[in-house]
Amino acid sequence: MKKICFVALLLPQLVFAVDADYTMTIKDHCFQPAELTVPAGKKIKLLIENQDATAEEFDSFSLNREKVIAGHGSATLYIGPLNAGRYPFMGEFNAATAQGVIVAQ
Amino acid sequence: MFATAIIVFREVLEAALIIGIIAAATHDIPGSRRWLLAGLLAGLLGAGIVAAFTDVIGSFASGIGQELFNAIVLGIAVLMLAWHNIWMSSHGAELAASARATGGDIRDGRSECSALLLIVGLAVLREGSETVLFLYGIAASDSGRSSMLSGGLVGMTLGIAVGYAIYAGLLRVPLRWFFTATSVLVLLLAAGMASQAARFLIQADLLPSLASPLWDTSMSLPENGVAGMLLHSLVGYDSRPAGMQLVFYIVALLAIGAGMKWVRHPRQSNHSSKGAV
Repeated sequence: MKKICFVALLLPQLVFAVDADYTMTIKDHCFQPAELTVPAGKKIKLLIENQDATAEEFDSFSLNREKVIAGHGSATLYIGPLNAGRYPFMGEFNAATAQGVIVAQ
Repeated sequence: MFATAIIVFREVLEAALIIGIIAAATHDIPGSRRWLLAGLLAGLLGAGIVAAFTDVIGSFASGIGQELFNAIVLGIAVLMLAWHNIWMSSHGAELAASARATGGDIRDGRSECSALLLIVGLAVLREGSETVLFLYGIAASDSGRSSMLSGGLVGMTLGIAVGYAIYAGLLRVPLRWFFTATSVLVLLLAAGMASQAARFLIQADLLPSLASPLWDTSMSLPENGVAGMLLHSLVGYDSRPAGMQLVFYIVALLAIGAGMKWVRHPRQSNHSSKGAV
């Protein structure tokens, strides 16, 4: 019974799977857009689509986030609420090119 | 090549430190070597499987599957480290005495060994799957393949060397300090993992962050520096932790510490009667 309740709780989330506040794309080991402006003091949901064939890891010490995105896959993560400022992030697996920054204002 | 070495080093370091500490802590348990090796192999196999199914795991529960998976793996590891520490604090002295004298026949030794297998296996699984994905990505690209693969090898060797160093160093600790030293290290490892689990649950929006960040020491002790990296793996250091992470850290410390105290005290009163029989 408990299990059924749990599944029922998850269902609405599954239905509205893609309702992210912001979307970012990884292509040729670069983030697009490389600079994303978000409101300060508000939690945001970010969708990252990886159009490359190989996996990438979204990694940011300043945002305290890390998440692997499979090749030709996508991932969502929650960020913030952030104080106003610049928060650099990178694709750890291709750090030479995959660099970006989230600007909270 | 240098960048590759650093990334692989970071991933390998955490698993290597856990294995080094656990290998030292269970040094006197008969058969622990075999269980450790089995855990290592199972972990490597699991890492390959997890890497291959990254997309499937990630798409569970509307995109937070990876966070849930990591938090569950970390949670199990915390429980196993807690079990290990509590078991050790009730059997540790007995173990050191009997293992050296007679080769040892420890009651419950088998369940401790399966905890050992799980701890090692999960550590390798978690850190290994990212390394597999990273190295696979390099192997699949055309540019600079050999230099990057050799970088990976350098990073892996360095990580394993640090793990071995802590193992060898711990074995040199005098016996009367040995259990204290290993159990404090295991306790801090467990608390650090609990804090990491909290971070994944915050990232998935399943837990509030309470305060983010609680402090910011990224200037004075950055996590991508050598000291920060070591402290992150050993005691769960985070340069910008959320408040909830500290809550998890402290609760894990207190709960495991209380468990260790609790099993030690009834034993002390039993000790004399047991000795007489």
